[in-house]
Amino acid sequence: MTDAHTPAAPKCPPSPAAAEAAGPSASAVGSATSTATTPVTEPAAGFATAATKVSDAHSPALASEPPIVSVRDLTVTFNPGKRPIKAVNGVDLVVRRGESIALIGESGSGKSVTLRSLLRLHSERRTVIGGQIDIAGHAVLSLSNRALADYRGRVASMIFQEPLLALDPVYTVGAQIIESIRRHEKISVADARKRALELFERVRIPSPERRLDAYPHEMSGGMRQRAMIALALACRPQVLLADEPTTALDATVQIQILLLLRELQRELGLAIIFVTHDMGAAVEVAERFAVMYAGRIVEEGPTREVMHNPRHPYTLALMQSRAHGAMAKGARLASIAGSPPDLAALPPGCAFAGRCVFAEPRCHEIQPDAVQLSELHRARCIRTDATAAGMPRIEPATV
Amino acid sequence: MDISSKPRQVHPPLIDIRDRGGPAQPMLRVRKLFKHFDLKKSFIESLAGGGQVVRAVDGVDFDVFKGETLGVVGESGCGKSTTARLLMHLIEPSGGEIIFDGETVGTPGLSLREYRRQVQLVFQDSYSSLNPRLTIEDSVAFGPQVHGVSRREAIGRARDLLARVGLEPRRFAERYPHELSGGQRQRVNIARALALEPRLVILDEAVSALDKSVEAQVLNLLMDLKDAFGLTYIFISHDLHVVRYISDRVMVMYLGKVAETGPAEDLFERPLHPYTGALLSSMPSMDPDQRTQEAPLTGDPPNPINPPSGCRFHTRCPMAEPVCAEQTPTLASVRGQRKVACLIHEIGSGHSQADAAIYAA
Ligand SMILES: Nc1ncnc2c1ncn2[C@@H]1O[C@H](COP(=O)(O)OP(=O)(O)O)[C@@H](O)[C@H]1O
Ligand code: SF4
Ligand code: SF4
Ligand SMILES: [Mg+2]
Repeated sequence: MTDAHTPAAPKCPPSPAAAEAAGPSASAVGSATSTATTPVTEPAAGFATAATKVSDAHSPALASEPPIVSVRDLTVTFNPGKRPIKAVNGVDLVVRRGESIALIGESGSGKSVTLRSLLRLHSERRTVIGGQIDIAGHAVLSLSNRALADYRGRVASMIFQEPLLALDPVYTVGAQIIESIRRHEKISVADARKRALELFERVRIPSPERRLDAYPHEMSGGMRQRAMIALALACRPQVLLADEPTTALDATVQIQILLLLRELQRELGLAIIFVTHDMGAAVEVAERFAVMYAGRIVEEGPTREVMHNPRHPYTLALMQSRAHGAMAKGARLASIAGSPPDLAALPPGCAFAGRCVFAEPRCHEIQPDAVQLSELHRARCIRTDATAAGMPRIEPATV
Repeated sequence: MDISSKPRQVHPPLIDIRDRGGPAQPMLRVRKLFKHFDLKKSFIESLAGGGQVVRAVDGVDFDVFKGETLGVVGESGCGKSTTARLLMHLIEPSGGEIIFDGETVGTPGLSLREYRRQVQLVFQDSYSSLNPRLTIEDSVAFGPQVHGVSRREAIGRARDLLARVGLEPRRFAERYPHELSGGQRQRVNIARALALEPRLVILDEAVSALDKSVEAQVLNLLMDLKDAFGLTYIFISHDLHVVRYISDRVMVMYLGKVAETGPAEDLFERPLHPYTGALLSSMPSMDPDQRTQEAPLTGDPPNPINPPSGCRFHTRCPMAEPVCAEQTPTLASVRGQRKVACLIHEIGSGHSQADAAIYAA
């Protein structure tokens, strides 16, 4: 059944309406022959990732392909007017086909808001979005409503922490997948059901035939998560957006879902943006890390490099505050004093300055630019020279 | 950031007039504790005489020693929170005994009221456990007033405790719960639990909803308070890293039963029960060069409504043999303080690896 997916993903015949609505570039993007002509501009070189490093499953030729996701200077402001909440403040993000990146950060750092922007899920009336989002040739922020409906699910789709957000309780899971396929493609119910069955096999749901006829509440937690993934993959998207999909699961089930995501990425050539606050889960899934703080990506680089050599003071502190197995028992845990800034009243300088043990007076005045630390590793901090030596030992203050 | 400072005292010097049996007597002994919930019967089932029963806690034995932190781990539905609620007497057990410092709870020697004062619970959900209409100072002072402390004294005590948990009373005392962050609310909950001067505090996923950096602050606070007030903790969590870090001993539960208990380091270094082993290797690796290649278990934990026969883990256990579906293992000492319930560790159980394992132990 995988042949239905792997090479076919971009070739999946879009409904005539879809092709029309998405504009002339849509059909070209993703097919290997068109790379030279696809009009997607390459952003700052520092963000580019060599596909060969990304995953051994990929041909080196992909390295020259334009990125499938390209976000430039994304800003998201809620409640424009009285007391605007600046949830995202200039996010740049590039993801290549078949690559997986983790957006890591604490609650409120803007991970979910960023992710939801890629599907334009925010209420249009209460939200102001700035910047540019290009996904597989679609200028997401300027799609018409009709084009947007076709884009969602077929180009990019999303999975959540809570599967009941994605699954309708009153229909069987199979019916929902069939409906979703038929919304995007002219295909008989029988054929759509066949594809739903293949999807259930693909996400390893046991007794798939029988489970297609189950209602969401009749499934266990892990099974529902798999069913939601199957639904997200129903229209063969190229980009999977995952918002904390394993956070609510038990340890033995969480690892199964993480491995499934990795397998889908490899076998279907999916690009995955994985939002999490859990570094361990991120390591299992992502080749690249992007750490968020107060609506900005403050550090970004290959997983290995960020884990072994974190250079933004916030990333350093985050790593050290974990009660990890290697942590000496009885030693006090490092913690980060204070709490994140109020997004309705962001300070003029570095947003981390009030909590940062490396802060200098000028940190409170200027907005630090990203500093290139190696080919693929960068951090937004004016003191990356000092952070190379790791954390200074200072007694942490309390909240 | 501090990683250097003082090591934590494991057993603070206890001089507590409420102490009865001395340091050797466990703070808590739990024997054959059961809790079965009846599900609503359908008409047909009630004719047949049987409804469905959730065996949430199904014959659990353990001790908690004075001054220690006992960590409790296991997946959802394994009975961790039901055990906590039973220990608090928030629900009635279907059977079994809870002995607090040598006295059975609910006897003339130890009334329920007196017990409730000495044992306190802190939940995960810091929103719903605080009254939204009370200032945090009033929330903390509430319990002592119920137990007969004057308002003035209770408020004084509340302010001391707020300072103790890092919430400067002048800034925070008059605030309402919604004006605080999650970490701050959890500090209030801890202060509130300590207001009755308990000896045993049960922490049920008390740090699980917090961000890592805040979790670290609250864990540091819990360790400081334990030293300062000579507390004993039962620390329930699904996070094995945190449990390993904070616990002296650990109890692993699976589907309403104890799978294994032992000193934290030893148990994590050398798990005896196959379920403990699987839980540990399910932890994400943290090393990008050694990512997990295979999930140790398949499927979800089964439902405690109709738990599997014999050893409850046999439907998922990589070491299971036919005998495991028939014979129920008993929790027994293996070596030192280690106890395990698995036929591999029972002499003559009929499991093919039994004798080899016992030799090795
Ligand atoms: N619809 C909304 N209206 C107003 N504020 C919002 C809305 N959605 C999110 N926010 C705010 O935006 C900030 C970032 O949120 P979010 O992206 O959900 O963080 P994360 O996913 O990193 O935890 C938070 O302060 C949150 O309260
Ligand atoms: S710019 Fe200054 S305040 Fe911001 S992280 Fe770097 S050192 Fe800290
Ligand atoms: S008794 Fe059998 S099934 Fe149970 S844990 Fe031991 S080996 Fe596994
Ligand atoms: Mg989120």
